[in-house]
Amino acid sequence: MAAHEGTCLNHGKIRAKGVNLYYGNFQCLRNITMEVPRCAITAIIGPSGCGKSSFLRLLNRMNDIIPGTRVEGVIQIDDMSIYDRSTNVVDLRKRVGMVFQKPNPFPVSVFDNVAFGPRQHGQNNRQRLEEIVEKSLRRAALWDEVKDKLEQSALALSGGQQQRLCIARVLAVEPEVILMDEPCSALDPIATLKIEDLMRTLSKDYTIIIVTHNMQQAARVSDMTAFFMMEDDRAGVLVEYGQTSQIFTNPRDKRTEGYITGRFG
Amino acid sequence: MLRLSPKTTQKLAMVYIWGGGVVTVLILLIVIGYVLVQGIPGLSLDFLLTPPKGGLSGEGGISTVIVSTVYLVALTMAILVPVGLGAAIYLAEYAPDNRLTRLIRYGVEILAGVPSIIFGLFGFALFVTALHFNFSILSGALTLVCLLLPTMIRTSEEAIKSVPYAYREAALALGATRWQTVSHVLLPTALPGLVTAIILCIGRAIEETACLYVTLGGSAAMPTSLLSGGRTLSLHVFYLAMETRAFDKAMATGAILIVTIILINSLTNWFAYRFQKRIRGAG
Repeated sequence: MAAHEGTCLNHGKIRAKGVNLYYGNFQCLRNITMEVPRCAITAIIGPSGCGKSSFLRLLNRMNDIIPGTRVEGVIQIDDMSIYDRSTNVVDLRKRVGMVFQKPNPFPVSVFDNVAFGPRQHGQNNRQRLEEIVEKSLRRAALWDEVKDKLEQSALALSGGQQQRLCIARVLAVEPEVILMDEPCSALDPIATLKIEDLMRTLSKDYTIIIVTHNMQQAARVSDMTAFFMMEDDRAGVLVEYGQTSQIFTNPRDKRTEGYITGRFG
Repeated sequence: MLRLSPKTTQKLAMVYIWGGGVVTVLILLIVIGYVLVQGIPGLSLDFLLTPPKGGLSGEGGISTVIVSTVYLVALTMAILVPVGLGAAIYLAEYAPDNRLTRLIRYGVEILAGVPSIIFGLFGFALFVTALHFNFSILSGALTLVCLLLPTMIRTSEEAIKSVPYAYREAALALGATRWQTVSHVLLPTALPGLVTAIILCIGRAIEETACLYVTLGGSAAMPTSLLSGGRTLSLHVFYLAMETRAFDKAMATGAILIVTIILINSLTNWFAYRFQKRIRGAG
């Protein structure tokens, strides 16, 4: 953790400025401004419905699938403006991978799951694919467990293995940012710890943003923590954002303190 | 008002549910059993391999009828599957939820309920008369396509929609385009459902009679081109029963029909089972 502290904010990987998100007439996020540091783990916490998942999905434009969404403000990844007209969504999603709440491997073999992304992006050389698959599975700390069953169905793996497979599938596309939407909420404690270890290792090379309901998890793994909450009209706002150690030991906002001490949420 | 104890209503419910099941199975067994018992004695290799004499005699076999049926079903499916699948993909994945698409869906549902003879009249007016395809395999197939499109579209759409939403999200988040998501994730996953849709339509094409009566004609001769007339197995049964006294031949043809349908259904189930097993893996 300590290595990143202090300097990270100066080299923001992702910068959001005055972001509003609407689903039809309903305002889901209001005036979110935050800067996510490069090669670190940023946790987003907050009560249900505060818009933390919606914010995460803005970063790879997964909200685009839902009809009636409207975004205001600016979000940039390095110098790429995510919601600019000229931005190609496919290129964006190659740079910003996503791991979902429930493990969602495709109902095909372990190999084909990891090779899916590279294949869609034009890699058809079998030998090259094999290299990518092995490298990605190793990085996701899954290789030793599945190296003898690459041709077996991914659905035969355990839940924790499936989630690590989904992480390997994301790594195979060689993203810069990995978004994780409550990646451990469907897993048991041991599988959860494995994922958290993996996140720490990956954060050396990747910018990771994790949405979590589990405050201990945020405290354990993240460098930075953002606390979201909804206001009276149910629009989510960013209440407090800072280094995880500060948020959890010395919150500046009464609402943050109330949430992390368990008075609501 | 009569009040029954929960125990009594439970018993009555069981009697009702069991009764329904038993009656259904009995009807099925009686119909199939009757046709098979009456029909099988008339079956022979000779029956399958000789052409029908035609006219009022009812003599001969069903060789040309089998060929006509195969031609007609093959041509129908060759047109129906690509068109229907395209429409289903559009409705399931691309169509925005607006008034127009709701109208299209509503139209598809209405069409699925229109009696087949109405499609026959339409096919007669358009294909047989206006386009001068006459009574032919082409006219019959095009009419069948119109008749079966709603079924094909609806069942395929359901199959595509039943693919978990999480697969779409996963594919899109990996940077796949929408079409890559459809062609590499949704269609392979929906395959058992799509095959079921296709088999369902093959079955209906084989059993259809009314709309072919006015578009395919009823020629018992061997079809030589798409513009030849012909008669399918079902139509042959109809002609034998209505115009000849060869009731045994009608029953024998009926037996062939029933066996074909049973075979097609078993094949579907086997295929779906194999596919599911391959996907679910060992564990």
